[in-house]
Amino acid sequence: MAALRTISFDGVIVGGGGAGLRASLQMAQSGFKTAVISKVFPTRSHTVSAQGGITCAIASSDPDDDWRWHMYDTVKGADYIGDQDAIEYMCSVGPEAIYELEHMGLPFSRTEEGRIYQRPFGGQSKNYGKGGQAARTCAAADRTGHALLHTLYQGNIKNQTVFLNEWYATDLVKNQDGAVVGVIAICIETGETVYVKSKATVLATGGAGRIYASTTNAHINTGDGIGMALRAGFPVQDIEMWQFHPTGIAGAGTLVTEGCRGEGGYLINKDGERFMERYAPNAKDLAGRDVVARSMVKEILEGRGCGPNGDYVYLKLDHLGEEVLESRLPGICELSRTFAHVDPTKEPVPVVPTCHYMMGGIPTNVHGQALNVDQNGEDAIIPGLYACGEVACVSVHGANRLGGNSLLDLVVFGRASGLFIEKALREGIELRDASETDLEQAMSRLDKVNNSSGGEKAGDLRKELQNTMQNYFGVFRNGPLMQQGIVKLADLRARIENAELSDKSMVFNTARIEVLELQNLLEVAEATAITAEERKESRGAHARDDFDSRDDENWLCHSVYFAPDKRVSKRGVNFEPKTVETFQPTIRSY
Amino acid sequence: MLQVSIYRYNPETDAEPYMQDVQVDTGGKDLMVLDVMELIKAEDATVVYRRSCREGVCGSDGVNMNGINGLACVTPLSKAVRKNKLVLRPLPGLPVIRDLVVDMSLFYAQYEKVQPYLQNHTPAPAIERLQTPEEREKLDGLYECILCACCSTACPSFWWNPERFIGPAGLLQAYRFLADTRDTATEERLARLDDPFSVFRCHGIQNCVNVCPKGLNPTRAIGHIRSMLLSRAT
Repeated sequence: MAALRTISFDGVIVGGGGAGLRASLQMAQSGFKTAVISKVFPTRSHTVSAQGGITCAIASSDPDDDWRWHMYDTVKGADYIGDQDAIEYMCSVGPEAIYELEHMGLPFSRTEEGRIYQRPFGGQSKNYGKGGQAARTCAAADRTGHALLHTLYQGNIKNQTVFLNEWYATDLVKNQDGAVVGVIAICIETGETVYVKSKATVLATGGAGRIYASTTNAHINTGDGIGMALRAGFPVQDIEMWQFHPTGIAGAGTLVTEGCRGEGGYLINKDGERFMERYAPNAKDLAGRDVVARSMVKEILEGRGCGPNGDYVYLKLDHLGEEVLESRLPGICELSRTFAHVDPTKEPVPVVPTCHYMMGGIPTNVHGQALNVDQNGEDAIIPGLYACGEVACVSVHGANRLGGNSLLDLVVFGRASGLFIEKALREGIELRDASETDLEQAMSRLDKVNNSSGGEKAGDLRKELQNTMQNYFGVFRNGPLMQQGIVKLADLRARIENAELSDKSMVFNTARIEVLELQNLLEVAEATAITAEERKESRGAHARDDFDSRDDENWLCHSVYFAPDKRVSKRGVNFEPKTVETFQPTIRSY
Repeated sequence: MLQVSIYRYNPETDAEPYMQDVQVDTGGKDLMVLDVMELIKAEDATVVYRRSCREGVCGSDGVNMNGINGLACVTPLSKAVRKNKLVLRPLPGLPVIRDLVVDMSLFYAQYEKVQPYLQNHTPAPAIERLQTPEEREKLDGLYECILCACCSTACPSFWWNPERFIGPAGLLQAYRFLADTRDTATEERLARLDDPFSVFRCHGIQNCVNVCPKGLNPTRAIGHIRSMLLSRAT
């Protein structure tokens, strides 16, 4: 093997979105040598697309608000397979993390009192579901993700974080003890491959919504961290749990925020009926996203969809008035005009449930330490590896994430990972160096892609993969259909592993990156498919026609998937919060 | 068939850049320019450009379309195409790395020069710093910048002095922090901008305003900075 240049850091963060930048900020402030590897310039990461806000009990809109109410909503929203210790941590630490962002300069919208503006979002309640709708989502108009990501990037500039921008991490480097000691990465501009060595490697690579044909996710959301973890033999958890956002613009897939409904918008069918009143009499259009998405699909399937093909419903906003729309939802007005050719101040917006968020991911504890599960079913910390944000499964979202909780998750656990690693580095981390064989192992996939010839085009294979996931693993699932999908994916695996890289050049070769990304998409898709077929119940976002109710006796647990032998096992859910009483599973209704 | 002429340059194989003509079947649809680029790449994987969110918020795909800078993902063909022809070039004025990908180092360096982060020398309160809706409104039209570089690369003053003139994008952010009631470093910020080049190389040409895909107005922000600098001098 040709000599591989090595660069060394105390901590390396893979991914320059909200989670990665919050972790790197923490570590850069501590003075440790920290680098962020990002395949795009950081402010191009998908956090930038988050619109409606960041949910947190800062008691601005309601002075009596309580993080425990937020915790209750989150546990219920998760359909009871969110870990209660992690949810407790997120909801209680949240306010501190929000104030830090504000002090850093995040331009939140304001109330008349000068405090941070909060809007109602789905699944929110006061007083443990008994006090009516809460308004708990802190917002910067409908550009909260943009404001948050830019603020974090600016904070990192201030603290002189090292950025390896437009570098692409291909695989984890594992030493002989099974510890992670860095990553193999390509500098996209020059094409050089480098070993980036680190005592702590943080995966903050975000989601993988591009496994579906119709998605709100950016082109770059290809599950790179999940692919890397699975190939290294580490498991993923609850990966069958995919959120379909109720309001993707029909056709384009671009998101319009749940904040539209928070501000008073509602869904109607072709008869003009506000149909959510039938499915969720109390919360109506602000029920959990899984509930709303399923209701919309039922309306469409039962012939009450809108448009010439009856394949979408309408989001009605015009009654809110031009002033509210232009001040609170300016980005939505812009997106609706561009992608739906509709002026929301005058006409309703055509919307359809669209793949949006990966609830599952790499299992971690609240410090971001990645977990393996040993032969006895016990958790085992993976030395050197951390994960935070969408790629991680702490798990605070369980089977269904509440709107506004993803930004809180990435800030709180990006910060927690940074804090923990800072402490660990201070105490001293000793990991054995990677051997030549370890590096060869980590390089093997890239070598194969670089030497490929005669295979199919990556673009065609990607389309086929996305259509398979869309048709066989969508909002409603059933066993026989999923089994067919699994067969198709197995066939795709052989073809995708041999996909041809027709352009072998070095400088800014995005074709090479796309082949590598496609292989990650396949890893995520297959893990999703096999685990979804295995979970024989309906819970949260996982809705099966053949097992249409929740089965707490057998499935009140996390699923854990291992790629090498395509095996699914179970892992217990944490029901032991430290400062509040356990929220016991009950029937979930809105 | 749409006639597309696309700028090609790969430093490994091409002695110099050239324009490649490609015919694209759009199916008669009013696609976005990015969709057309994707169709071209599906046939020829060696065509290179940046893209990510495909909804106009990440700022990756700033390109020059029939002579006008903009974001490919939110520019419909009906707006860009003239006489069934679309000419795609990299953003002007910056070094080309390959095809439509430019080296944005200078652009980012000018952004960093304005210290684009809030500076407040008073101790932080236990909650947020209060700001009235009216004070916050001053940041509208400033904070929304997506750093796509459409404006700065459309600016003749930036073409001439990219190392010394901060350019519209950087100056928009300079003013975003000058205008923020929570920032206490106004004097230091102005002192750093007070030279003949950083701000005063703006000649009010307003190309920046015309091309900004987010509808922002850097010229107005630069005007505010000028006034602040001038009143500081007196």
